[in-house]
Amino acid sequence: MDLKQVFRYYYTIIWQRALIMALDEIVEHCQQLYDDLDFSCVKRWKEGGNGRKAIGHMPVYVPREIIHAAGMLPVGILGGGDQLDVIHGDAYYQSYICRIPRSTIELAITGRLDCLDGMLFPSICDVIRNLSGMWQLKFGNKFVRYFDVPQNFDLDIGGVFYTRELEVLCEELEALGGKKITAENLRASIALYNENRQAIRQLYDYRSAEPWQVLTPELYLIMRAGMVLPVDEHTQLIRDYIAEVRKIERPVRDNCRVVINGLFCEQPPLGLLKSIELAGCYVVDDDFMLVARWLLEDVPTDGDPIKNLSDAFINYSIETSCKFVPEKKNKGEFLVQSVRRNRAEGVIFASPSFCDPALLDRPMLQKALSAQGIPYTAFKFAENSGQMQPIREQAGTFADSIKLWSAA
Amino acid sequence: MNTVANQPPEIQKEESMLLQKAMISANYDALATAHEDGKKISSTFVPGNLNELLMCFDFVRNLPEINALQAGMRKKSAGYIMEAERSGHSEDVCTYVKSDLGMMAKGQVGPNGKTLPVPDILLLSYTGCFTFMKWFELVRDQYDCETTMLHVPYQANGEITENMRNFVVTQLKEQVIPALERVSGVKFDIDRLREYMIESARAEDDLVWVLESAKNKPSPIDAYFGGVYYCGPIFTAFRGSEDTTAYYRALREEVADRIARGLGPVTPDGVLEEERIRLVVEGPPNWTHFREFWKMFYEEGAVVVASSYTKVGGVYDFGFRHDPKNPLESLADYCLGCYTNHNLSSRVNMLCDYMDEYEADGFLVNSIKSCNSFSAGQLLMLREIEERTGKPAGFIETDLVDPRYFSPANVKNRLESYFQMIEQKKTRGDARTAA
Repeated sequence: MDLKQVFRYYYTIIWQRALIMALDEIVEHCQQLYDDLDFSCVKRWKEGGNGRKAIGHMPVYVPREIIHAAGMLPVGILGGGDQLDVIHGDAYYQSYICRIPRSTIELAITGRLDCLDGMLFPSICDVIRNLSGMWQLKFGNKFVRYFDVPQNFDLDIGGVFYTRELEVLCEELEALGGKKITAENLRASIALYNENRQAIRQLYDYRSAEPWQVLTPELYLIMRAGMVLPVDEHTQLIRDYIAEVRKIERPVRDNCRVVINGLFCEQPPLGLLKSIELAGCYVVDDDFMLVARWLLEDVPTDGDPIKNLSDAFINYSIETSCKFVPEKKNKGEFLVQSVRRNRAEGVIFASPSFCDPALLDRPMLQKALSAQGIPYTAFKFAENSGQMQPIREQAGTFADSIKLWSAA
Repeated sequence: MNTVANQPPEIQKEESMLLQKAMISANYDALATAHEDGKKISSTFVPGNLNELLMCFDFVRNLPEINALQAGMRKKSAGYIMEAERSGHSEDVCTYVKSDLGMMAKGQVGPNGKTLPVPDILLLSYTGCFTFMKWFELVRDQYDCETTMLHVPYQANGEITENMRNFVVTQLKEQVIPALERVSGVKFDIDRLREYMIESARAEDDLVWVLESAKNKPSPIDAYFGGVYYCGPIFTAFRGSEDTTAYYRALREEVADRIARGLGPVTPDGVLEEERIRLVVEGPPNWTHFREFWKMFYEEGAVVVASSYTKVGGVYDFGFRHDPKNPLESLADYCLGCYTNHNLSSRVNMLCDYMDEYEADGFLVNSIKSCNSFSAGQLLMLREIEERTGKPAGFIETDLVDPRYFSPANVKNRLESYFQMIEQKKTRGDARTAA
């Protein structure tokens, strides 16, 4: 090996290591945001300007563009995960109610949500709906709103109702922030969120194409970061991650390709996602952080911005268990299409225990998959599930069976 | 201590209960032969049910919750639930849904032993309960019939806004009524609707009178265990009919007679002799052990003087009546005003009012595993009500129609301890007053 070759060898090693470090730094940054149950980055953001306000929202969907246009930071509140010791929260709920509301109450009672100036509770299910009422009773000194969305997807009916609900939300946030939400501001916010949606689509497309490159636990952390970061920072973070991960080559494993479903509200422990991959499954689509992927297309930035947001919701929003599917023939079609589009070989239903929407929907989705010959498996979890071995075994058996069928 | 006079060998029922039983039986018979009789069948839920509207199209009305409830009372729900769980439905979800689906899977035999035909239309009144939406998607999956959806927004801020009302009315005009016309072949006649609503309002007046009769001491009714019978016709397939008006008039007269004679409620073991404890109860009852559950109360002289469950199919005691002058708007307000469509603050206020107006000694929650619409938040409601009223609150857990979740010994134990606590508190209070 001549000096030139030695130089090239070490240069390559150092460069690769530098690249990996850059990637590791991004992931580590997201991990820190994920671990921080005190929402320090929200507090820092608020300290960055006089009178800044932050509005929390539960999972699934709220129009974050409106919060942003009011000059406020939308903050996704997704429960306490597996690191929070729930002491007070359990006293508010019976044993047969899911975990996310009790850990959310715990976050509030322990002062971790004091940095928020208000909370929005989207229409997910009866538990989250009633949590809005509990918030009114317990923390009614702050802005609290249950955010109802239409289950009627006719522009002239559900659309009219929803447009007015969006106007009311604007009025309430204007009163809270003391700042008018102008059409111009809202259009600018929509444009920023469109960029965010584009970056997310790019990230998901990349994972679907090369799932060994974009590991799902990493993608999850990147998406979670978007629940606390300002939208432009999050968009840049996604772009940086994609750029960095493209520079390295990760080993391709003999994994099968799966879609996971049921994670739209109560969050999976990170260990669960790692276990699924370790068990031999590449996740090629999921329903994490739907708030960021709810609108399937960009929202127009000309014309009436409220109407545009409303029309986008009615015309091209994602299908999930929290929504009514008006036509019987379309039930489960969205999931089947996701399987087809992402060339998945099966579906893993990972539903939180006692989650009405996910568990009631599951038999219908399974039926739709069966009709198309798509294999599936199902298990339940809680955000604080600690024992992953059964999940790993089940996912591993599922992956093996898919490979065996494929070979046949 | 048993406070019931004479233990007759047979179960005692009020005249009105027998009348109601006949109405329900007749409806199940009408359902069984509807298609042979050339009639169409609608299926809809109790909260937000549009019975007057469905009657305008001559539908025979089927209510899946009532089928599940009847299955529970007839000890059939356990088998139905197991059947649904065997076919992939989670043990975690609503047992009304599973009882209904299990019944369908086992041949769809109604409580009268006759096969319930496939409905011609599913009217999904999505009012106050998320599970309804999924339930009807699941039922729709089994049938090949038209589904029409009525989304009723939640009263999150304790008020009905114009936007909410307009949304419901527009859905009725643009989608629900055209679907009902299409399926039934009957043209909508708004005057016919008005006529039914006049009957509804009459019956509602009498129902409220009966429910408020519990302000008497002793209360002539039990507003929970007896109350579920009293609200049966008006919450289900009968509101708006002349039979229902007659039923409530008869019930009112029966209760007036009991007041005049200073009698307490009629229990399955006869008239309650001594009223010792007056309760307000939140949450639905258990149906699989209904009489056994009731007995735990009346054996201790505990009478429920007001309950939230008797408001689940419509809240009438705060002034709402179906209004024939504004029929569609009134239907919207009815749907929007059902109990579980109220936010927690409104529910707490309503229950505190009951505690005060009905001079209750305690507040009890029967928390139902199946029903998050009721149950989520009840522990906070309990604390709020206890704090505001200063009256002792109790908490028990059962289920609607899954007998696996009714533990008689545990429930009885808890109730006895709770009743003792109330009596001690009353005694202390009485002693202080005397001093």
